[in-house]
Amino acid sequence: MAEHNGTWWIWKVFWILLVITGVEVVLGIIKPEFLLTQVIGTSILNIVFILLTLVKAAYIVQIFMHVKYEKKAMKYALYLPSLILIPYLTFILLTEGSYLFS
Amino acid sequence: MSSNADLIQDTNHWGGGSRPLGSRYGKLMMWFFLLSDALTFSGFLTAYGLMRFKYESTWPIAENVFTHFPGLEGDQPLLYVALMTFILIMSSVTMVLAVNAGEKMNRGAVTNWMLWTIVGGFIFVGSQAWEWYHFIIGDSGAVETARQEILHVYNAEGERLSFSQVIHGMEEGHASNHGEMFTKAEVLSSLKGDATLYLKEPGKAGRAFTHAESVAFLEAGDVVQGANMIHNEYGRKQFANFFFFITGFHGFHVFSGVVINFVIFYNVLLGTYERRGHYRMVEKVGLYWHFVDLVWVFVFTFFYLV
Repeated sequence: MAEHNGTWWIWKVFWILLVITGVEVVLGIIKPEFLLTQVIGTSILNIVFILLTLVKAAYIVQIFMHVKYEKKAMKYALYLPSLILIPYLTFILLTEGSYLFS
Repeated sequence: MSSNADLIQDTNHWGGGSRPLGSRYGKLMMWFFLLSDALTFSGFLTAYGLMRFKYESTWPIAENVFTHFPGLEGDQPLLYVALMTFILIMSSVTMVLAVNAGEKMNRGAVTNWMLWTIVGGFIFVGSQAWEWYHFIIGDSGAVETARQEILHVYNAEGERLSFSQVIHGMEEGHASNHGEMFTKAEVLSSLKGDATLYLKEPGKAGRAFTHAESVAFLEAGDVVQGANMIHNEYGRKQFANFFFFITGFHGFHVFSGVVINFVIFYNVLLGTYERRGHYRMVEKVGLYWHFVDLVWVFVFTFFYLV
């Protein structure tokens, strides 16, 4: 694979993951006031955390676990079940959690 | 009958020809296992979310729970877990380097990078043990009411006090109990003796109680230090249950990953894959190892950040 010359692509992903984690930790420690505004049941800061996490997850799965270079059918076999079932379960349980015993 | 032959010849069918997923059996099975494991972990994490949304106002805030860093005094929220995350990412990187070296049939490099991956895994499991130890031994102590609600001691300045500070005073006491155990009678007499002390629920919207109510709560209840499956000084016991279960299940994955990595490493040393002509086993175990890192990325966010 042409994009696999040398090891620079591994270290590139390493730095991306490191910087994102660093940003998350700094935001988690200082908790900037302007990010604490409440939207859709949580703060903007929490949404930022979740988006950054998804970016990290995408890099790990796509590059480290090599899914980016798999056949299209393989990508669908892996991504469709997880990207449908997990958000569905999350939505159902978090919605129910707010009503439990109320 | 030419159409049949065309079908077999058509290597672009599904984009993978006669092997529609373009992947070998072992790797495919590893992927399907990881997919089911991903659904298991999402079940755990969403169940955690369910409990958290149910007890939103009094759910423990992680930065008040995990505050220790080896060798440093005082509150160090997030630092330790950030280090653990770094170690796991680093060991994921050495794993990719091992797989990469395997593709080039470079036995020496595979040996080297596999060894670093195993070392990283060991450090991570050890760090988790350290984190568990501090979680179990406890920090400030709490009052558990007769209805099993957890309350923390505060002073007039709104500072959270440890039992050590309640009993020995602000000058003599430590911000953390350092494993020193206190009885209900000791805490009760100190609480009665200082009318400025009161109890408050944990979490971002916990209610505060008056001094008289606080004394009544402790008289009917008990003191709790540390956390286990039944009592949890940090707040809701479900927090401790989920913490032990999810980080424990993840830690067990890391541990088994280290064991499997070691088996593969040993086979690299023996030259098994050199004789076999390919290092695909390193790739398969690599997928498992990256998955462990992937799960940790989510555990880190939902347990420590959000």
